[in-house]
Amino acid sequence: MTALARQTAPAPYAFAQSPCGGLEMEIMGAALRMRASGALLDLAHQALIVADLHFEKGSAYGMRGQFLPPYDTRDTLDRLEAEVAALEPRVVIFLGDSFHDGRAEDRLSPDDAARLVALAQGRTLIWLVGNHDADGPRRLPGQVVDTMTLGGLVLRHEPEAGDQPGELSGHLHPCARVSSGRGTVRRRCFATDGTRMILPAFGAYAGGLNLKDAAFSGLFSRPPLAGALGRDRVHAVGWRSLTGD
Amino acid sequence: MAEDAALPADLLPAAFADWFATRGWAPRAHQLEMVARARAGRDALLIAPTGGGKTLAGFLPSLIELSQRPPANTPRGIHTLYISPLKALAVDVERNLATPIREMGLSIVAESRTGDTGAARRQRQRVKPPDILLTTPEQLALFCAWEGARAYFEDLSCIILDEIHTLHSTKRGDLLALDIARLQTFSPRLRRVGLSATVDDPDVIRRWMGFHAGEGDGAPPAVDLVLGPAGTPPIVDVLLSEGRVPWAGHTAQHAMAEVYEVIKKARTALVFVNTRFQAEFAFQELWRLNEDALPIALHHGSLAAEQRRRVEAAMARGELRAVVCTSTLDLGIDWGDVDLVIQLASPKGASRMVQRIGRANHRMDEASRALFVPANRFEMLECQAAREAIAENRFDGDPPRVGALDILAQHVMGCACSEPFDALALYDEIRTSGPYRALAWEDFEQVVDFVSTGGYALRAYDRFRRIVKGQDGLWRARNADTILRHRLNVGAILSPAVLSVRLAGRGGRAGRKIGEVEEGYLEALEPGDTFIFAGQVWRLMGVSALDVLVTPAPASDPKLPSWGGSKFALSTFLAKRVRELMFDQSHWAVLPADVREWLELQRDRSLIPAEDEMLVETFPRGKRHFMVCYPFEGRLAHTTLAMLMTRRLERMGAAPLGFVCNDYALAVWSLNPMDGVDLDALFAQDMLGDDLEDWLAESYMMKRSFKGCAILAGLIERRFPGAEKSGRQVTFSADLVYDVLRRHEPDHLLLRCAREEAATGLIDVARVGHMLARIQGKIRHAVLDHLSPFSVPMLLEIGKERVPGAAGEMILAEAAEDLIAEASS
Repeated sequence: MTALARQTAPAPYAFAQSPCGGLEMEIMGAALRMRASGALLDLAHQALIVADLHFEKGSAYGMRGQFLPPYDTRDTLDRLEAEVAALEPRVVIFLGDSFHDGRAEDRLSPDDAARLVALAQGRTLIWLVGNHDADGPRRLPGQVVDTMTLGGLVLRHEPEAGDQPGELSGHLHPCARVSSGRGTVRRRCFATDGTRMILPAFGAYAGGLNLKDAAFSGLFSRPPLAGALGRDRVHAVGWRSLTGD
Repeated sequence: MAEDAALPADLLPAAFADWFATRGWAPRAHQLEMVARARAGRDALLIAPTGGGKTLAGFLPSLIELSQRPPANTPRGIHTLYISPLKALAVDVERNLATPIREMGLSIVAESRTGDTGAARRQRQRVKPPDILLTTPEQLALFCAWEGARAYFEDLSCIILDEIHTLHSTKRGDLLALDIARLQTFSPRLRRVGLSATVDDPDVIRRWMGFHAGEGDGAPPAVDLVLGPAGTPPIVDVLLSEGRVPWAGHTAQHAMAEVYEVIKKARTALVFVNTRFQAEFAFQELWRLNEDALPIALHHGSLAAEQRRRVEAAMARGELRAVVCTSTLDLGIDWGDVDLVIQLASPKGASRMVQRIGRANHRMDEASRALFVPANRFEMLECQAAREAIAENRFDGDPPRVGALDILAQHVMGCACSEPFDALALYDEIRTSGPYRALAWEDFEQVVDFVSTGGYALRAYDRFRRIVKGQDGLWRARNADTILRHRLNVGAILSPAVLSVRLAGRGGRAGRKIGEVEEGYLEALEPGDTFIFAGQVWRLMGVSALDVLVTPAPASDPKLPSWGGSKFALSTFLAKRVRELMFDQSHWAVLPADVREWLELQRDRSLIPAEDEMLVETFPRGKRHFMVCYPFEGRLAHTTLAMLMTRRLERMGAAPLGFVCNDYALAVWSLNPMDGVDLDALFAQDMLGDDLEDWLAESYMMKRSFKGCAILAGLIERRFPGAEKSGRQVTFSADLVYDVLRRHEPDHLLLRCAREEAATGLIDVARVGHMLARIQGKIRHAVLDHLSPFSVPMLLEIGKERVPGAAGEMILAEAAEDLIAEASS
């Protein structure tokens, strides 16, 4: 982590480290805090935003005979509950692909389903749909929407090509790779050019796509800043410090 | 030979005796002995050095039996199965076997089957089995997972296990032992034959290969031991370089000119090194010196397969004067004309060295010649110790093997793919194999549950079982898809993901392939950096998907990824001999003058510990305080020890800042002095308790071994039909799975496997444990006011770790001068 701590972003990016280890920055006038958990907090709306939870990815493989440990949903919920307990948001927004497939909701253990219901107590849940969960949940509390706005921000699952000022999205599972003589670190990350932001995947079994991958090209107006997730803090890593896989 | 006459003359049928006579040979005693054992229906282990007619000795009984077979009306099954650790060896033996079969006019079909065998031939072999099938452990595992396996092998009368010493202590060996047990069930009269190079303790291999009739850990099973002739002892020299022996380093650059001269005088030389980096470096250096344009080639595991085969073919034709190679040529096919083996840098173990030396001169009556070229002073001690051990015919011992449970899981799945099984019967069969003879029923049950449902406390997958217990009480595979998936994941070899090195074409597209590198090989390089590969200097342009794109950079000074030392750990046996040599001052005369002076300086300025003691030095240097200790237990064990020591030193208030390890010693540096540290407490044996657990859970080594176990046990698949996963993706998801499993079910079977594997292989906990026991009450502490001669190589390693690249080399060179002056002043 020290290797990351030494990195600094190019001067034009304005951001600040918050006492909790998060990284704060403004996008289209909205004050946002990137959390080391991979969640994003909209300070004005007290909205907690998480992307790509992929609930029940483990059991999706299990059905096909590959028995990944069936604890991924539980693990993701543990971390989500911890964020909710720490930040007490009024709204929790899921940026799509919250479920790994259309039947994942049915496979939730009763215990895990109850925890999601409890999460909706005293706050609103908003489920954006994604390519993995095009219909959204059917029985869980909360609203299901395709896209939404939040102040000056536009929230959708998949980033759209070209200039999209104020867009918050997920889908691509960005991840930052940093090499030094002493070794290499690969971490999930936020990716932003100051006008839009792509969130890291929050799900326990969600893989990552290197920010240098061609899939990200054309999305940013200039080389993006990576907010790489460290153990207790988000590290601002400049484009030149990143390497491909 | 007189001893030959002692055996009954009728052992060989006339056709065989005549064949030996026409070739001008007399059958060797051990060859006849093998025939006699076979006739008595005994399992046998033959131990003989290279070139002793070992392979023929193994096959002779089968050839005789097959030649005396009455004609049959119906097609017959396989008579003899030959298992080789290398594909190339199986093919080579097929060729060698063809000669006696042809010359004696025997109607015997002997064919190889490897991963490279064409589909038509494979299909034919399945319908019409050859009399003798030559194959690898992986192919055998596939055979055993066939639906028709039982019928296919019911006529099997002999299994020959070649180069068994390289297999028995590995996971590949576990899988092989389980499959042999299976074959014995299919064909109860099956006879087992092992062929091995000279080993320290033949009983370990006899126990591994024999049939265990439920005697647990009692008497070794009935495997007869047949010893071949001792062979002419090799002539081993250590290069006493005219240049001075360097204090540190792994490249032996100082001696390259002398090595070149030696190659010039030899007919054909094999130059062994311990890592691919060293291979590239040595190759580059030799060509720089190669004024006579001698044909010198390079052979290591990262080169493209075609390129390696070209080198092998040129070698077989006798066109090469030298090949610089890694362990890829440790074993394998007979090249005849090699008359000298050169070992650059330290041998690390006596047994591997004997194997390598055996590559020279595959003839019994002529001694093999070898030259050791130590790269630094500690290695000079090591080379001398190895030379003496080889002269005394003493070897490193392998500990007896306890079979791994991830391999057992793979085997259980394979059995279910082949035919329905009864759990109790399979449990009994498994316990007839050496590595699993003490398998507990509870562990077996857990493995079966793992194969069936993943074995989780949360019973999430009971509906999706891979194997299902039927009304008849038998377990069978769920469906054809499950079986297909298993077949694609069979085997115990984990090859790291490889990237292709390709010329960068126009527009960044990938061009011609130059070779392959393992993932991680180029990790420390940035685009624009230069490196040596396949004997040339290249500039890294970038990495795209699974291709490394490069352009030639002939005139550049290469920036190399950091030099690792050897990937092999110094063997316990050789380490002990090094300690003995070091302590016995009368023995120092065999060492060159500068190394002797170095030892004398150490004796005068610090101390030379007794053979059974461990030396610990503490001294200040610059603004830091150093503790250097010399356990001689290999880099892996030292790294583990250093991780644990720094945790303790932290608690003792020493404020440790870092550490560095090599095969001989480890150095820790700190803010506060460590002269007063209670060393008995620091090295107390309880170090391997909670501290180890805490550290291990977070360490990347656990993740690496977990990934391996998960693949072997079938939790993570190597490849899907039609969609190859890149190694990168596998790495990432295996880590995620590890983290989740560790948090939610820390006692799961696979985590147990991973911990056991990390403890034995990657971090050598067992060795640290033995060492801590060995040094209790035997720690010699030297409190010094400045660094000691022994510590210089360690401090040079610090520089090496911190400053890579060309600039680093300059800093290093300057630092080296200073340090050496300081220690000698």
